[in-house]
Amino acid sequence: MYREAILKKFRPSLDNILYILHDLQDNNPQRYLGKDDIRVTAEYLNVPYSYVHSVASFYTMFSLEPRGSNIIRLCDSPPCHLMGSKSLLKYLKDALKVDIGGTTKDGKFTLELTSCLGACGVAPAMMINDEMVGNLTPERVDAILERRRKES
Amino acid sequence: MSLVRNHVLLSIDAGTVMAGARAVEKALVEEIAKQGLTDEIAVLETGSVGTVGQGVVMVVYPEGVYYSNVTPEDVPELVEEHLLKGRPLKRLMLAETPKQAVITKEKAGLLKEQPRIVLRNCGVIDPEKIDEYIAEEGYMAIGNALTSMKPEDVLEEVKRSGLVGRGGASFPTAMKWEFARRAPGDIKYLICNADEGEPGTFKDRLILEGDPHKLIEGMLLAGYAVGASKGFVYIRGEYALSIERLEKAIAQARDYGLLGVNILESNFSFDIFVMKGAGAYVCGEETALIESLEGKRGHPRIKPPFPANAGLWGKPTVVNNVETLANVSEIIRNGADWFRGYGTEKCPGTKVYTIIGNVATPGLIEAEMGTTLRDIIYEYAGGIQGGKKFKGALIGGAAGAFLGPDMLDVQMDFVNLKEYAAVLGSGAILVMDEGADVVDLLQSVLHFFKHESCGHCAPCRLGTAQLVKLIDRIAVSKGSREDLNKLLRISDVMRDTSFCPLGQSPYLPISSSIKYFGDEIGARIR
Repeated sequence: MYREAILKKFRPSLDNILYILHDLQDNNPQRYLGKDDIRVTAEYLNVPYSYVHSVASFYTMFSLEPRGSNIIRLCDSPPCHLMGSKSLLKYLKDALKVDIGGTTKDGKFTLELTSCLGACGVAPAMMINDEMVGNLTPERVDAILERRRKES
Repeated sequence: MSLVRNHVLLSIDAGTVMAGARAVEKALVEEIAKQGLTDEIAVLETGSVGTVGQGVVMVVYPEGVYYSNVTPEDVPELVEEHLLKGRPLKRLMLAETPKQAVITKEKAGLLKEQPRIVLRNCGVIDPEKIDEYIAEEGYMAIGNALTSMKPEDVLEEVKRSGLVGRGGASFPTAMKWEFARRAPGDIKYLICNADEGEPGTFKDRLILEGDPHKLIEGMLLAGYAVGASKGFVYIRGEYALSIERLEKAIAQARDYGLLGVNILESNFSFDIFVMKGAGAYVCGEETALIESLEGKRGHPRIKPPFPANAGLWGKPTVVNNVETLANVSEIIRNGADWFRGYGTEKCPGTKVYTIIGNVATPGLIEAEMGTTLRDIIYEYAGGIQGGKKFKGALIGGAAGAFLGPDMLDVQMDFVNLKEYAAVLGSGAILVMDEGADVVDLLQSVLHFFKHESCGHCAPCRLGTAQLVKLIDRIAVSKGSREDLNKLLRISDVMRDTSFCPLGQSPYLPISSSIKYFGDEIGARIR
């Protein structure tokens, strides 16, 4: 089972919990922390299930709901706001036909908002999975979505 | 035998990688080989050269010509024109004013006369090669310290330099170290706070991407002064390239015996570990960061005890910002008096700023403490985009203050800005032109705080929600004068009663926006 292989990479020490949760989420086909992920982490670190759940629910990079194969995190902080992220959000919502936090019907995209990504020099910016993209315009968003649609 | 006549420095940071720098690098190396120039032209990777939002950026030396927005398709022409025929390719040159034929380093907008301490090597050396850092006198300070200085001497030198924390709180660095040094106990820890989350700030990312060894050396010196044997760097999870480069640098330093046991045959042992965060602004607060490092929810702790007495796992702990630690090796190598030659009497040294928003050339700059906002905007960042008028700026991120045009000529440093009820904070400068909507920006700031409130204490959890409700109403012209008063009153109460700086922060952007742009906000009142 792949989860055991992930756990073995880390010492069973509580300070590794974020690393373990990152790794489990990245390898979950639905890109979230499911009950099994939480359970194996709790057993491995010898803490209650509720403890791991409380940690996972605290950090915004972790999701406790299933997500699409591509996760879009549009920056919603003041610098991106000043450079037009508001209209991009509307554009993304319309293009994907989802609301914030929603996943497209084909399961390919989840739309999320995030606080500052530190890419303010190329605002408005977003992350799609691990890739940072900036200087966004509707045309660039279209091209990115198109490419990801084909890949997944 | 090969004799290199041109060096091409390619900026590889998260921004340029995003714009396709890797593809350009590949094309460049191939094209140079195709033209038979491999022995004559060296292509080197470096960190940010200071520009942002200009696509793929490179500098050709010895001419010092800056190119921006380079694509793989441009490469054959660029190689043929500049590297083969020696004619700079004008259409791709980075120009502050297009009239100038060749933009030299001194004239290339952002890099204009910048005194560089922290960013000395950024955009100059290859951050992935320890030898390049050493060639720039790197690791000399720790070498000197371990062979001819006692830990107390290092501490004393930093104290004399007047270095204060660059993360925002501006607490004297040496004092923090001294508290931890004097605290009883054998095991002590040093933590570098690289959980950079203040909106508009990305200086620490570019330091980590551009010169990771400088941070390692700073941590070694701090660890030596404090008496710590373990250091942690807590980096936010989104900073993939920073994590990669720092881990690489740590591995190289271990190989060279600069990290580990008995460093340089001294009795000093020290090692550094990287910790990846998971998205929580509040973890930038030092006690919340410590909780997170221990594997808990990132809730701030009650102070006292301060981390210097009881921090990570209850041991004496020093938490310093990336930029603060990046100053330390320069102070030890050049001396406190040299450092005091920069900046102001009360606030020596430089400050690294990220200047963004409606300016002609947004980017990363390092300016002496005391530089005015006017100089930063008009001298370093090329003025306002499209020649428009300056309306105001938000300094210090979401937790910072708005400043109006009458503040353009105020000297900016940690001490002086306090007199104007403003802060330097993390060094983020968000510039607004005459077309910017202050209410919209304030709304975004308050939404940010609501989202990032950790929920631990009631004033912040409930207060941020109320602030959002009020500003949302004002933004759609449905608010009343009383709503505006409530914004001030609630945030004032939050300032007095919140558990940590997060809940104490909204007052400053609210009060300063009303102070400078009260008329504009008032016009939105029903």
